[in-house]
Amino acid sequence: MEIDPFIFRLSIFILSIFIGYYIVWSVTPSLHTPLMSVTNAISSVIIVGAIIAGLSGDSKSIFNTSSIFGFLAISLAAINIFGGFLVTQRMLQMYKKKRKINKHDS
Amino acid sequence: MTANLSAIFYLISGILFILALRGLSSPETSRQGNFFGILGMIIAITVTFLSTGNFSTGFVYVLIFLLIGGLIGAFIAYKIPMTAMPELVAGFHSLVGLAAVFVAISAFLNPEAFNLGSQGNIKLSSLVEMSIGAAIGAITFSGSIIAFLKLRGIMSGSPITFKGQHYVNLLLSLSIIVLIFYLCKTQSDSIFWIIIGISFLLGFLLIIPIGGADMPVVISMLNSYSGWAAAGIGFTLENTALIITGALVGSSGAILSYIMCKGMNRSFFNVILGGFGATEQSSLSQNKDRKPVKAGNAEDAAFLIKNASSVIIVPGYGMAVAQAQHALREMVDTLKKNDIKVSYAIHPVAGRMPGHMNVLLAEANVPYDEVFELEEINNDFANADVAFVIGANDVTNPAAKTDPQSPIYGMPVLDVEKCKSVLFVKRSLSPGYAGVDNELFYRDNTLMLFADAKKMTGDITKNL
Repeated sequence: MEIDPFIFRLSIFILSIFIGYYIVWSVTPSLHTPLMSVTNAISSVIIVGAIIAGLSGDSKSIFNTSSIFGFLAISLAAINIFGGFLVTQRMLQMYKKKRKINKHDS
Repeated sequence: MTANLSAIFYLISGILFILALRGLSSPETSRQGNFFGILGMIIAITVTFLSTGNFSTGFVYVLIFLLIGGLIGAFIAYKIPMTAMPELVAGFHSLVGLAAVFVAISAFLNPEAFNLGSQGNIKLSSLVEMSIGAAIGAITFSGSIIAFLKLRGIMSGSPITFKGQHYVNLLLSLSIIVLIFYLCKTQSDSIFWIIIGISFLLGFLLIIPIGGADMPVVISMLNSYSGWAAAGIGFTLENTALIITGALVGSSGAILSYIMCKGMNRSFFNVILGGFGATEQSSLSQNKDRKPVKAGNAEDAAFLIKNASSVIIVPGYGMAVAQAQHALREMVDTLKKNDIKVSYAIHPVAGRMPGHMNVLLAEANVPYDEVFELEEINNDFANADVAFVIGANDVTNPAAKTDPQSPIYGMPVLDVEKCKSVLFVKRSLSPGYAGVDNELFYRDNTLMLFADAKKMTGDITKNL
């Protein structure tokens, strides 16, 4: 009997949960806000579904109900992708080490 | 592009997303991590275009909508002040949730485009996956909207409760499950719409009873939901990148919620059932109001600080509200010139989201190696001369260690009372969010500085 491909996807899913578990515990607490904004950005990879939906209309009717929802989802996900990555970048650039001139303490 | 080749590229983009999170283990590697994330996203989008192979007029529209969203996103990212990060993140969560709902709707209406069977005859497993994705997405959307409104102050942060609330929520959750079952049997459009409608309502009802200061847990929880929604859609689309990302984000949010709950010594269920802080005003606090408090002005504070050799600063949400982080850093610069050792102590639940204080301090050019977490710095209070508490309250309350009757008993707190003297910058004597009076206010070595945090910090700097 053949294994249902669903089982393979489920395996990927479960293993990724474990990867996520160990990786997130290793994130330093001071970067928890950037962690949230970057997870926001990457979860918007849901845009791949939106693109498929947007391209589902044929050449005569580009806009049908299904593709309109797709187009809207593309915009929503794009806000998140650009907004999420850029704001993360902006935050991470602010994290600086102590300048050596400031090192007065023993 | 063949299906196998694109599957491999989706796997690569999933791996890049893993590396993006891995980078955040230290600030040095974090920027590189973010780059990996961007790369993963570009690969995923490009592969999707190539594998559909459709570069007709529809493609142009896809690019237009992508560009519109991208411009809005970029604009927000550059304009948003760092104090507004919690509401920004809540807002972004709502968008992920809504996008998941929309993708599920398109897949339901046009299953041929996604290879899921034909309309009215969708594959059973896909139907379950897409309705789960849509339901969680809808809960994420409406829940995040409420969180956004509460954080933004448009909606009151106080919990909204009514009788039988939890039973209503339970009933709604069960009805979603039952309806998904019937959807599989009948493939009926109307049941699909009802599931989405109920989920919107459930998300709304889940978040309204949760108070303002529990927002760190709520945001993390919604972060987790947005991940599970993405994973649900990932299963429907049979897309590895989405499944991996959904799992990563889902577990990330769950861990952050756990850390936040632990920081408050409350169980996850206690937080999501809500209503905390609404009825906890104990009679104890009224008795204590009579006690004398030593109040001082900026000159007194400056005198104490000037004569100290080490100072620990404890920032809290009040600092963010008063936008005092820059004034604070200027004060610290002056102290450093006088060879006073300064460090910052951050409680896990300081602020309105995980890591909120760290970002604000980083924005004010405070080097991250002067900022310490609770466990790292708690033993240093005994050796420090001055604890400068700015906009924090409950996280310093010794009652959490000594008074088993206190609602915050057992919560890890910063041991500021061990310092030789404690300075409290606060607007008034009002108890903190938990409704508990802080006995520190009445101690002999405590000096209360009643003022706006930003103004007081500036005045102290002038007097140094």
